[in-house]
Amino acid sequence: MKKRLIALLMCFSLVMAAGCGAAGTDSKDSESSQSAQSSTAANDSDSNKLITIGFSQVGAESDWRVANTASVKSALSEKNGFKLIFADAQQKQENQIKAVRDFISQDVDVIAIAPVTETGWETVLGEAKDAGIPVIICDRMIKVSDDSLFSCWVGSDFQKEGVNAAEWLANYIKEKGKTDTQNVVVLQGTIGSSAEIGRTKGFGETIKKYDNFKILAQQTGEFTQAKGQEVMESFLKQYNDIDVVVAQNDNMAFGAIDALKAAGKVPGKDVTIVSFDAVKAAFKSMIAGDMNVSVECNPLHGPRVAELAKKLMNDEKVEKIQYVDEKVYPAETAEKELPNRQY
Amino acid sequence: MIKSLRSKLSGNNFLLFVTIVLFFVLYISGMVIFQDKGFGKPQVFLNLFISNAGLIIAAVGMTIVLITAGIDISIGSVIAMTCMLLAWMMEKKGMDAWISIVIVLIVGVVFGLVQGFLVSYLNIQPFIVTLAGLFFARGMTAIISDEMITITNKAFLGIANAKIYIPFISTVTKKGKVIHPYIYPSVILAIAVLIIAFVILKYTKFGRSIYAVGGNEQSALLMGLNVRRIKLKVYALNGFLAALAGFAFALNSCGGFVEQARGFEMDAIASAVIGGTLLTGGVGNVIGSLFGVMIKGTIESIITFQGTLSSWWTKIAIAALLCIFIILQSIFASLKRKSK
Repeated sequence: MKKRLIALLMCFSLVMAAGCGAAGTDSKDSESSQSAQSSTAANDSDSNKLITIGFSQVGAESDWRVANTASVKSALSEKNGFKLIFADAQQKQENQIKAVRDFISQDVDVIAIAPVTETGWETVLGEAKDAGIPVIICDRMIKVSDDSLFSCWVGSDFQKEGVNAAEWLANYIKEKGKTDTQNVVVLQGTIGSSAEIGRTKGFGETIKKYDNFKILAQQTGEFTQAKGQEVMESFLKQYNDIDVVVAQNDNMAFGAIDALKAAGKVPGKDVTIVSFDAVKAAFKSMIAGDMNVSVECNPLHGPRVAELAKKLMNDEKVEKIQYVDEKVYPAETAEKELPNRQY
Repeated sequence: MIKSLRSKLSGNNFLLFVTIVLFFVLYISGMVIFQDKGFGKPQVFLNLFISNAGLIIAAVGMTIVLITAGIDISIGSVIAMTCMLLAWMMEKKGMDAWISIVIVLIVGVVFGLVQGFLVSYLNIQPFIVTLAGLFFARGMTAIISDEMITITNKAFLGIANAKIYIPFISTVTKKGKVIHPYIYPSVILAIAVLIIAFVILKYTKFGRSIYAVGGNEQSALLMGLNVRRIKLKVYALNGFLAALAGFAFALNSCGGFVEQARGFEMDAIASAVIGGTLLTGGVGNVIGSLFGVMIKGTIESIITFQGTLSSWWTKIAIAALLCIFIILQSIFASLKRKSK
């Protein structure tokens, strides 16, 4: 009996080893077919000119992020002259640091990081610098003592988004011919996030310039629909003359719209709804007449990253701060724009 | 032939043997597949240690707890609390780096002592005690600061960024830069912890009594061992190691925030089990756990080097490995029963 068991075990371990071997050859096959692919691509362009770029993404936590990833993957394709090594950090900083180390070991040409956290980058970016690999930071900014640790940053100008929203609002109210004081409530994002800070500051400072606006209250809805609805409900209990709701992302705006409807108000008409991000669902909401405007937070960083990577490879000087183009989408443009939205 | 092999590799050693072989199979296949991408560089191997220094320390502590047939699922939270406390003391209170480090280690020991007391003297299930510990430490982390604190303390960053170059070997990058492979102090810390734990477990009375308690608590009692005291010591030791892992973690992340090291305890348990530690207690080896950590790191590296596979495959690969090792373990357990 004992002998038989041992024999069984040996068989098992053999199978396991064989399994590992098989797995090894499998990936080898796919690898070689991949290189075959790239060599066919190489016939069209020069294969030596492919820029190897390692991109470390936060994860896939929101629609915005998924769109961001899709943009990066399509812009950094072999057709465009890139070999992309993509690593999903699963929202963990330690995974991201590991991935960047692996990029350095692979001797990639450029590293791009959409950081999970603002901090903790000194050590690993120091390693990248020592290896002479330029680093592009996307979306969130990082805090490092030495700015030369990264080449440039690509992302949204949240403060400008806030300014744009305020200017659009002032203009809209003027065109409507309303001259009485407009009472505004603001649903803020997660306090301390760069989107919240920038949008609060940009909107607050700009709206102050117009005397017919008054901010009644600002409170965080933590960027979620449920919390946005909850906060809006409490606003409605406290104030009965709200004219404008500013939600710092579309999800909170959806929550606020539900709360307004439940309270018997007509969002979009009685109450002007100003929102940020401009995701696909926001366009649908605007077409339905619930939302008045959404200020875009453009996740399509890919083309800009591609352009910068090429410049960096040619040793061209690049601007440290690179804002992506962002537009304001009022309700009347929604129908026309919706088919073009990728996220 | 089978018999002679069996005598050499009886039981638990065989599991360790399988783990080590598996690591080399994985690593060498990585070297073969990604030859052109530089997987064979010494730095790739050293990165396994650099990136996983905290996990190695945590896995050593976890292994010792698992040997006593206990478990400690609080360590991920304790690591987060340690990082946060370190960052808070140095940045917000302007305290000295070394004093802060000593304080967090003491906090770790106290945390472990409380958990150990509840487990050993009040006979509460370790899972429940450390589950409470998990929530408590995570909560405390957020209470200290729910915003991220960046460590800018010069002395601390000095340790974190102190590259220790390995002489005589070097690689040249595409741009013609010569780079010597390097490690950080956290790696030395992890290796030291590993060696000390190995020696304690193998060559001291305390170490052997840990195995005795985990193997069979009743007979350990009959042998005259103070089982409760030993368990208390083990949990306190694990608390200390969790804080030390937190220190190593902070060296890598240079900051404290609430979401840090979430699920870290599960990585430590997985590494220990892949390394041949039995959850039923009495069997385990810190060297095995080291290889458990390295297997995980190698799978991650292979997936990053491959470049197009989703990084979530790491989890699936670890799940498959855990499955295989648990089956192997249960076969061995039934084998043991048969031979008795």
